[in-house]
Amino acid sequence: MEHSVSVKDLSLNFGAVNVLQSMNLDIAPGEFLVLLGPSGCGKSTLLNCIAGLLDVSDGQIFISGKNVTWEEPKDRGIGMVFQSYALYPQMSVRKNLSFGLQVAGFKKEEIDKRIARASEMLQIEPLLDRKPANLSGGQRQRVAIGRALVRDVDVFLFDEPLSNLDAKLRSDLRVEIKRLHQRLKNTMIYVTHDQIEAMTLADRIAIMKSGVIQQLDAPNVIYNKPVNLFVAGFIGSPSMNFINGRFENGTVTLGGHNFDVSRYEFETGQGGTAQDVILGVRPEHVVIGPGVESQPCQFEAEIEIVEPMGAETVAWTKLAGETFTLRTNSETAPQTGQKIRIGFDPIRSSIFDAQSGTRI
Amino acid sequence: MARRRIKINPMALIGLTPMIATAVGVFVICIIYSIVLSFTNSRLLPNFEFIGFAQYERLWETPRWLISVRNIWLFGFFSIAFNMIFGYLLAVFMDQRIKQEDAFRTIFLYPFAMSLVVTGLVWQWIMDPNLGFQSAVRNMGFTDFRFSPLTNEATAIYGVIVAGIWNGVGVTMAILLAGLRGVDEEVWKAARVDGIPTWKTYLFITLPMMRGAFITAFVLQCVGVVRVYDLIIAMTQGGPGISTQMPAVFVIQHISGRSNVGLGMAAATMMLLPIIVLIAIQQYFAWRSRRRAAGIGAAVATLPQAQGVKAS
Repeated sequence: MEHSVSVKDLSLNFGAVNVLQSMNLDIAPGEFLVLLGPSGCGKSTLLNCIAGLLDVSDGQIFISGKNVTWEEPKDRGIGMVFQSYALYPQMSVRKNLSFGLQVAGFKKEEIDKRIARASEMLQIEPLLDRKPANLSGGQRQRVAIGRALVRDVDVFLFDEPLSNLDAKLRSDLRVEIKRLHQRLKNTMIYVTHDQIEAMTLADRIAIMKSGVIQQLDAPNVIYNKPVNLFVAGFIGSPSMNFINGRFENGTVTLGGHNFDVSRYEFETGQGGTAQDVILGVRPEHVVIGPGVESQPCQFEAEIEIVEPMGAETVAWTKLAGETFTLRTNSETAPQTGQKIRIGFDPIRSSIFDAQSGTRI
Repeated sequence: MARRRIKINPMALIGLTPMIATAVGVFVICIIYSIVLSFTNSRLLPNFEFIGFAQYERLWETPRWLISVRNIWLFGFFSIAFNMIFGYLLAVFMDQRIKQEDAFRTIFLYPFAMSLVVTGLVWQWIMDPNLGFQSAVRNMGFTDFRFSPLTNEATAIYGVIVAGIWNGVGVTMAILLAGLRGVDEEVWKAARVDGIPTWKTYLFITLPMMRGAFITAFVLQCVGVVRVYDLIIAMTQGGPGISTQMPAVFVIQHISGRSNVGLGMAAATMMLLPIIVLIAIQQYFAWRSRRRAAGIGAAVATLPQAQGVKAS
């Protein structure tokens, strides 16, 4: 299948610092790919390389089958939306949308047609004659999306577009971007450090750390089967609980008890040799109350902190000296200081090699 | 909304007293004294025989003053216009991530650090037919070459203008460069993605964004123009004839050499007028932007309440 965007052995160094290290990434036409990672992981740098705003040190970039490694941004068939909106402040919204097209030499009718289509899609028709200073943050970002839209390109690049907005607007515009993608069916590459945005928008998420993609997969796979401790700890809020243990002959030893994990879906056969492991348990997989008796792993725990979040409650406790969180329905939530029995099923957890941190 | 009460810190008041005394004494009292003297027939020494607007009537009939006024408009227009243009071009040049930026900035700013007397003397030597450019070219064999703008009544003022531009362009560049650096980097990226050529980005996008920097540079230049004195004294002493007279030179000459304090003070008062107008314009814009900011602030303040109602 023809790839929409294809990155081959891409490297980028700033002096002695390797920001990106021989990266390979293929994105299918119409795919919504999210680049997710902590700050400084190279996700924005990768996006700027794809846009042509940074010169690469090594490797190639293909967009719609064409080698664009050394093309100017305007010739790559991309539109881009920035975190700070980057509107031209002294121009009206209409002029912001049309300026690039005018410079490119499009006819007036064509420009008007494209502006009409984009502003209808983004519902910014009433704003066309205003200056950016007289718009709210959400409106400005719509205009910025509109400026990418009128370019009529195959690939959209988003560089943390919602990070400057407040929480309510952010969720509104998130839904709108998803709707836009469903309607346009363009390829979209979206950089964010917000895992909710990543989970909700992406067809696939690429989790990056130190210039290397750690895992590239659908959101639910990343959430349920993280390939290593970094991904496991990064995705999910509150984050996954980690318990030290030892794996031997299909059982895991935790706190002096042996638990059968032979039904666990091992990456490699039966999980290999005896080794120290780290068990990762999602807070929502921890059971308390009536169902706890049926769980293979059971512990006594004292609740230290309770965080009610409305629909659900997060409780913090300690297990074998480590912080341990559990997520529960608010109606059956435990109280601070309460001693309760908690249980979970190791089959549903993720087991990592303690040395390398990779999933076994 | 209640007016904010101003609390005066006694220690601050003590510390500021000398400054307040200087400001009131030198500026307010002296300006008023000058204006009062302009309505008297003071000659060598100030006196208080009031003669109404007679000094002003005389002033506007004096060719020396009329030439001064013409010259300051000419000098102001050309030196400010070219300062802005060259200053912006230099700032754009400095913005190209060139090597040795610090060295270049020092070089461009250096004329501003020098006294205008030094600037004036250097340019006078360059334009002097026996010492400067003309004799250098003649020594190379072009014996008919002529370049002596300061000796000609028609061109002398343009020689002064060149020196003025050379002196002021560095500081304009520094202010405008700071303005350019203040433009969000993502705007540049957006313009590149849009395929807007660099020169169009500078002209149509960043230039209008730098209004504040331009106004600052413009006001500084205006003040420099109104008070231009030492440059003239060093280069031409107002000559040849009276062709490079300037208002400040006129005032000083009448107060000291020409023993006509009344007429000099009338001229000084006339010089105050454009400055008052400039300050008034600046104050008006400051007031307008303050009011607009307050208006937006009020609108934003009402927003959360409205949204809160919707959300609950």
